[in-house]
Amino acid sequence: MRFTVNGTPREVDVEPDMPLLWLLRDVLGLTGTKYGCGIAACGACTVHLNGAPVRACQTLAGDLEGAEVVTIEGLGTPAAPHPLQLAWIDHQVAQCGYCQSGQIMQAAGLLAQNPAPSDAEIIEAMDGNLCRCGTYPRILAAVRDAAGRMGG
Amino acid sequence: MGRLKTIARRSFLIGTVALAGGVVFGTYAYRRDPDNPLLDDLAEGQAAITPHVLIDTEGVTLITPRADKGQGTVSLQAMLLAEELDVDPYAIRTDFGPPSAAYWNGVVLAEGLPFADAGDGTLARGSRKAGEVLGKILGMQITGGSSSAADAFDRLRQAGAVARETLKAAAAARTGLAQADLKTESGAVVLPDGTRVAYPDLIPDLAGVEPVQVDSLRDPSQWRFLGHPHRRLDIVAKSTGTQAYGIDLTVEGMVFAAVHRLPDPPDETARHDTAPALAMRGVVAAGVIGANAYAIADNTWRAMQAAQAIRTEGMAAMAPRPGAMPDQSEIWDRIAASLDGTRRDSRNRDLGDIDAALSQGEVLTAEYRVPFLAHAALEPLNATVRITADRADIWAGTQVPIVARDKVARLTGLPKASVHVHNQMMGGSFGRRLEDDFILVAVEIARRVTGRAVKVTWTREADFAADFPRPAAMARGRGRVEGGQVVAYDLDIAAQSTMESQVGRMGMPVFGPDKAIVAGAADQPFAIPAYRVTGHRVPAMVPVSSWRSVGASANGVFHDCWLDELIHAAGADPVAERLRLCDDPLSRKVIEAVAEMADWQGAQPGPDGAGLMRGRGVAFCRSFGVPTAAIVDLSDTGAGLRIDRAFVAAEVGRVLDPVNFENQVAGGVVFGLGHAMNCELTYAGGVPEQANFDSYEGMRLRQCPQITVRGLENGDRVRGIGEPPVPVAMAALANAVFAATGRRIRELPLSRHVDFV
Repeated sequence: MRFTVNGTPREVDVEPDMPLLWLLRDVLGLTGTKYGCGIAACGACTVHLNGAPVRACQTLAGDLEGAEVVTIEGLGTPAAPHPLQLAWIDHQVAQCGYCQSGQIMQAAGLLAQNPAPSDAEIIEAMDGNLCRCGTYPRILAAVRDAAGRMGG
Repeated sequence: MGRLKTIARRSFLIGTVALAGGVVFGTYAYRRDPDNPLLDDLAEGQAAITPHVLIDTEGVTLITPRADKGQGTVSLQAMLLAEELDVDPYAIRTDFGPPSAAYWNGVVLAEGLPFADAGDGTLARGSRKAGEVLGKILGMQITGGSSSAADAFDRLRQAGAVARETLKAAAAARTGLAQADLKTESGAVVLPDGTRVAYPDLIPDLAGVEPVQVDSLRDPSQWRFLGHPHRRLDIVAKSTGTQAYGIDLTVEGMVFAAVHRLPDPPDETARHDTAPALAMRGVVAAGVIGANAYAIADNTWRAMQAAQAIRTEGMAAMAPRPGAMPDQSEIWDRIAASLDGTRRDSRNRDLGDIDAALSQGEVLTAEYRVPFLAHAALEPLNATVRITADRADIWAGTQVPIVARDKVARLTGLPKASVHVHNQMMGGSFGRRLEDDFILVAVEIARRVTGRAVKVTWTREADFAADFPRPAAMARGRGRVEGGQVVAYDLDIAAQSTMESQVGRMGMPVFGPDKAIVAGAADQPFAIPAYRVTGHRVPAMVPVSSWRSVGASANGVFHDCWLDELIHAAGADPVAERLRLCDDPLSRKVIEAVAEMADWQGAQPGPDGAGLMRGRGVAFCRSFGVPTAAIVDLSDTGAGLRIDRAFVAAEVGRVLDPVNFENQVAGGVVFGLGHAMNCELTYAGGVPEQANFDSYEGMRLRQCPQITVRGLENGDRVRGIGEPPVPVAMAALANAVFAATGRRIRELPLSRHVDFV
């Protein structure tokens, strides 16, 4: 199947039922997207599929033909971070950091669709993303801040 | 760690190692010191002085041996070194270093993990065997027990100071200037004329210089990072998906394995059919180790599919076997039976005459229980291993690298020196990576493909099934109130011994009572006229381990909730009566602080503006030497209880990293509240019935309260904050549920009895 990841065309030969999560991590070597649960219960594997946040563990390779996938690596880099990543850095959100790729991608999906979300809208959008370290207060603050920076 | 070896061959190591209370200097001495791990591979003629500061032509690498599970200790260790060494902490590299006794933890014994109790008990008896155990433990490199900050505070600043002064001595030797006329700044020695000599440029001059003894450390008023808000070192990587955890590792030629848990632990009659697994695409091997089905393939997903395809046949019927793990109801029966007085383990608190005090008036009683809890770090268990004929390489996040190294040596028959443990950044642990089971299983799997690196990843379901949980426990309280005061308090606690289970797996003998059975209860600073806490040891059933805040995670709830019941029964104010009973000034200050932060006016403020009933719970627990108090505000929305606010005050002597301090406390509150709300493991057929985050939810963003944190600095010792917020959050929530609803829930998780939004 052929699709793009972070703007780069990719062609892979894998089983159609292989989840995008493992295609990204083990076949394409993009390990910023994390395995946490495999059943869409934690959100650590959140990426953008055609612009919308999805759980990569539930997105199958067979459905990727022609799709545009964006991962945390494509959102921004340490040298050129996305405004959300800047907010994550300034608020020092992360503890272990393992869930934060998914948190940021989920938040980026929200702000792309709703540039000025209310707290209730942020909570509704982000509630499926589990953080075992308990960084939720900083996640909420960082999303609010990023929305402001992005002119929302 | 791979990098360190490379660096070491052409590097000078500067600084100090404090062993047995002294500071040892001198290249010659160090070259004969088997405990200096950085001497490996150094060429003749090079100087090697310390395990913590390494300088090569590319710059400075600070060795931060405490494992980082997300608590930020790599950053803190680097800051402690940098504060004295005068390097820009954002311009240096860090490395966990190799496993070494030189990185022993001097604090964890005092009041950290359950190991501590073995030490105390055995020392008291003067047992020779105990000395051996202690010696072994003293040499151990452990991360845990909220001990890293306390242990590193003086030691790493001193290592940085010695390195700085030695570099100045080298610059003095080179320039002929007096050492006293030299200064250091941002990775360079600065000469009186302003000329800067970068530390790496001094490498040739170091060979002729004796390490410099340092008598005093800088006053905190001179600190640039410690005590001030600063950016932790890993925050950019962790905000951009570029932080590599163990599970992200790539080693040349690596293959992928997955571990899945067989539905029922196999017995000796079981046969495993791996044919379906081996027929799957990309699979190179499959098998069973204990209760773990595994497969090796060309990617993790194929390995997972194959491991789950392994069939077990021919097992004797599913009837319980002798020695098999009992199911949950039988577990509760055995815990309750252990309260009958025949399995007494300790009575470390016994003030006044409790029997006399409870022989008159109305005696109040209650029974509490708390469940098994999973660690369930978000990064599933994993380890990457390569076994060759003459060496083993282990890439894994571990809190006990020496134990892991030694066990791998035993398992493989390789000498310890040939087992190389490369510690990795962890996506959480909460105590799970104090165990080495996953490393040993990965080694066994790697032996199937000798010579190739194998990254072994546990499925989330296997991670839950393989956990060594926080023990389930029960407590019975008796007490009496009189004249508006609590006058008698008796608490009996029954739990499995974490120490017996955990230290036993480390292959060491265990002695004496297990303080973890009563930690957070028998050690509380209250002067109740008749006051007794007794621990009872439940026979081993489920292999258990240390879980964030260890014994206090259960006993902090038992002790404070029972106290809260008695205070309410006395008609006293929950804050005022705790303060009246508290006999420790530092502890009183945290209770006063949290009451002030929350503007405490009583547990029942009445309905809010929208007519919702509200309740406030206060709780106190001193664990890991840190007096901590919390207040939780709750509203009864009619559609479930909503946690509105949480306030926490904790006494840690000195807050070294204010931002991370706040984050750790808030995180500990979320961790405590989430587990108290809705988490439990219940066992059936030898495995927990909960296998993923759909049945073990924890707290979600919608449930997270506003959290206000204050660190108090009245004590004279630096303390760690990773664990102490957890017990008080749990207890304050349970107490708030009573205040809001009038229902005293004596069982966790609370969701068994009430709904949360």
